[in-house]
Amino acid sequence: MPTLSATATTDDAMDRPASINLQAIVHESNVHEVLDQLDRELIGLAPVKRRLREIAAFLAVTRARQQLGLDASGLSLHMSFTGNPGTGKTTVALRIAQILHRLGYVRKGHVVSATRDDLVGQYIGHTAPKTKEVLKKAMGGVLFIDEAYYLYRPENERDYGQEAIEILLQVMENQRDDLVVILAGYKNRMDTFFRSNPGMSSRIAHHIDFPDYAPDELFAITEQMARGWNYGFDDDARAALREYIAARVRQPHFANARSMRNALDRARLRQANRLFGDTSGATDALALQTLTAADIRASRVLAAQRPDNNHNED
Amino acid sequence: MMTNTGHRLTQGQFSFLPDLTDEQIKRQIEYALGNDWAVGIEYTDDPHPRNTYWEMFGNPMFDLRDPAGILMEINSCRKTFPNHYVRVTAFDSTQGWETPRMSYLVNRPKAEPGFGLAREEGPGRQVHYRISSYATDKPEGERY
Repeated sequence: MPTLSATATTDDAMDRPASINLQAIVHESNVHEVLDQLDRELIGLAPVKRRLREIAAFLAVTRARQQLGLDASGLSLHMSFTGNPGTGKTTVALRIAQILHRLGYVRKGHVVSATRDDLVGQYIGHTAPKTKEVLKKAMGGVLFIDEAYYLYRPENERDYGQEAIEILLQVMENQRDDLVVILAGYKNRMDTFFRSNPGMSSRIAHHIDFPDYAPDELFAITEQMARGWNYGFDDDARAALREYIAARVRQPHFANARSMRNALDRARLRQANRLFGDTSGATDALALQTLTAADIRASRVLAAQRPDNNHNED
Repeated sequence: MMTNTGHRLTQGQFSFLPDLTDEQIKRQIEYALGNDWAVGIEYTDDPHPRNTYWEMFGNPMFDLRDPAGILMEINSCRKTFPNHYVRVTAFDSTQGWETPRMSYLVNRPKAEPGFGLAREEGPGRQVHYRISSYATDKPEGERY
């Protein structure tokens, strides 16, 4: 390949291979394992998974280019995650750190979570050291800034948030190899934030939107969560859960997977109370694991729907 | 040291070698972090060997995972005190107190005049030796 040897410097062009097995690089980094795990454990989120695969593929290709002596200057991997509450932004951030670490893009692969409180100081001269402290901790890994729009308070022009943003921008630009910054928050507020901070928006290459979950996905998520805690649903309970999800989605303050988790927590409480109240005292492992329709139907969400049927089965 | 070989202060690790490059410093910090040691940055303009306690530049950096953050701090210390001695110390806390495990210079003044040796005769013609840096004859802040 004449083009390759032309770009390579004469010294080490000798020991550079002419072709490279891309699959070997991918295999070596175990990235498939992480991506498959992501597919298996995260339900739904198709656009997010697609983007992650793209990034993983690009990083593997960059590695191959590097080994063949082509220009392999890194692309900026700063990201913004927008989506409603409970759509898995934090979980995905943790996974991304793993993927980037496997592919050798970040050196350590740890995640440092920060909010406005960790970055912005109380008085003049307090913000810069605070922000730098967090940045230093995140070096070699991923800095995850949740609810990033709180950094910028347009109503107060002397707010120190602007200072934190400027320091962030500087490090995001100059030390791209040292850390990856992920901003997360609700869609419309993040859009406002980016509009008022165009510098921030232009330095973030990947804007990933997390869609709301469909009822089926919520059902699958709840089952998987329950399985993780060694709980299971019987058939009646499954039907009740589907009804519950359909009702809950329409209610205010619906927070996707987080709401499901809370519902599951409450069902576990009711199940414990039911077993506790069972006077016969005999129980087995199966009974301790099974959530029944009664545990779910006692929920206020379903009770409110059918006031005539407001019985208590505890 | 008193003969001021090569007009260079020789204190701590690697001090007889040429100055470490940033890449080499990074590797040393990597080693320290790999052992769970906390890294601190200190500076002084009084290089007397008995001057053990140098000024701290910021807090010792606990719970850092990557040398890039520490190098960032080293560079900001170099920028603030371009003509001081700056050293990096790694502290080991496994014994319940912080024990320095590594210590090396990462910045030195442009000109290092070295040390003078003074002999003082005491009672019974006993001779005491005293060394002092030529630089410390001047007041603090104007030494280098």
